[in-house]
Amino acid sequence: MLAIEVEGLQRAFDEVLAVQGIDLTVAEGEIYGFLGPNGAGKTTTVRMLTTLLLPTGGRATVAGHDVVAEARTVRASIGVALQEAALDPLMTGRELIRLQATLQGLPAAEGKRRADALLERVDLSGAADRRVGGYSGGMKRRLDLAAALVHEPRVLFLDEPTTGLDPVSRMTIWEEVRALNDAGTTVFLTTQYLEEADQLADNVGIIDSGRIVAEGTPDSLKTEFGHPHIQLQLADGSVAAAERACATVGKVLPPKDGKLVEVEVENGAADIPRVVRALDEAGIAVESLELVRPTLDDVFVAKTGYHLEEEGEGSAEEAVEA
Amino acid sequence: MSGIGTNARVVGALGMRSIRQTFRRPQLIAPIIVFPTLLLAIQTGGAGAAVELPGFPPVQSFLQFMLAGAMMQSLMLAGNSGGIALAVDIEMGFTDRLFAAPIPRFAIVFGRLAGTAALGLFAAIWFFAIGLIFGAEIEGGIPGALLATALVTAAALAVGGIGAAIALRTGSASVVQGLFPLVLVVLFLSTAFFPQELMIEPAKTIAKYNPLSFVVEGVREPIVGGIELGDTLAAVATIVGIFALGLLLSGRALRHRLRAG
Repeated sequence: MLAIEVEGLQRAFDEVLAVQGIDLTVAEGEIYGFLGPNGAGKTTTVRMLTTLLLPTGGRATVAGHDVVAEARTVRASIGVALQEAALDPLMTGRELIRLQATLQGLPAAEGKRRADALLERVDLSGAADRRVGGYSGGMKRRLDLAAALVHEPRVLFLDEPTTGLDPVSRMTIWEEVRALNDAGTTVFLTTQYLEEADQLADNVGIIDSGRIVAEGTPDSLKTEFGHPHIQLQLADGSVAAAERACATVGKVLPPKDGKLVEVEVENGAADIPRVVRALDEAGIAVESLELVRPTLDDVFVAKTGYHLEEEGEGSAEEAVEA
Repeated sequence: MSGIGTNARVVGALGMRSIRQTFRRPQLIAPIIVFPTLLLAIQTGGAGAAVELPGFPPVQSFLQFMLAGAMMQSLMLAGNSGGIALAVDIEMGFTDRLFAAPIPRFAIVFGRLAGTAALGLFAAIWFFAIGLIFGAEIEGGIPGALLATALVTAAALAVGGIGAAIALRTGSASVVQGLFPLVLVVLFLSTAFFPQELMIEPAKTIAKYNPLSFVVEGVREPIVGGIELGDTLAAVATIVGIFALGLLLSGRALRHRLRAG
């Protein structure tokens, strides 16, 4: 059975089309990674799927219910942890989860029991009676996640759950997401982190400028669109000359930070001598050289022409948010 | 989720949150209790002899006369503070948490209004306590005090609806906060602090038709004279009108916010 089914979903803000008719399906029990730069349309899509925003075109069902016609039924079936954890800094963690339990219609005693269990689960029992304003970023995210789980939702929406977190906190959230999924919860996860999508998602949809540009399992996408590439750190920084030399061997990828040169090669390690020879003939000194296996960033570059980390400028969603 | 009982529990929980939020944020509680108390102390201390002026309505003391004005100021600012708190919720995304829950969305507004009404009740009790401590008599006795308290609570609920509507429409705490001086102007152009008989034109005419004056007189009469059906009915009608307007504007603002996202 499908947990999420989206057909031609659109959202316009005045003249700006932030989401331009996307189609996607998420099977029950799957982790779906929705990957894209800031402003690509991820949050707008999540807001439509969680009934916070009306679509201006297309249709979507979540947990088998239409997000427009059966919005309240959808809301009873989903858990939502939005970007920038929407927490009241004046409430305590325990108060927040109990309020969430009441909002979900749980009886008081059941809400109290689940709040205690969830606080324990996300390791916040010790801080449960402190005000949220004093929590660290990681604690806030864990609390937000716990609040989203209080009614044991069938489908969980996590909008950039680890943005801004330190690596340890990020790993904690990842472990929790995996555990939830193992227990049968479908997870729709938006992220701008390639590694997050690669590590967690069963299927990945890549969105750019309001359109899904690639979709599949991380491995299938990398196999289909990615090629191994050689990453060069130059000793003297003559990037332009190095790119010209490497272009004779393979496809030079868009520069990442102005210092590295990346060249896509067909034959992997077998092409390293050719690259070295080309650079040597051009008189370019190399400080280091590394063969990199295909990543989701390669898929992103192949489909959009730029690296995900660069973040598309002036996109529709950013224009709207501005 | 369905059922009046469950929805009432949601409204109660959101109302409790609203009250806690107010008492935990000094900038919200100060205008509701501290400022009106200070103003009451300054006015009764400095202008107590005003009751001797020709044309001043017969009252036991200036404090007795001023209690209704202090309660009115408090409930008006409670409505404004409720609007500010709702706008802060919108700004920090907390309302998304509420909108994503399977509750009637109007319960979100009613929860906020329940909190504002509770603050109105608290303000009425507070100022009655101050009045009694400092020697003001309640001419209408316990029934009069209960009637005045009920009117103040209901008026806070009604005024809170206007504050909620502005918050939902603008989504900006600074805009709602910017209405603070306007609230005081409207209040000063009513009979909250001065008897209409001693005002000069055009303030006298404005105060005569200012809806707040009807509410003030409805609250004041049980304190300074006794329960008067005419004043009570005028106050109730005004409160119902303000409440209906607040609900209408809040409903429209809520629909607009949900459509626009």
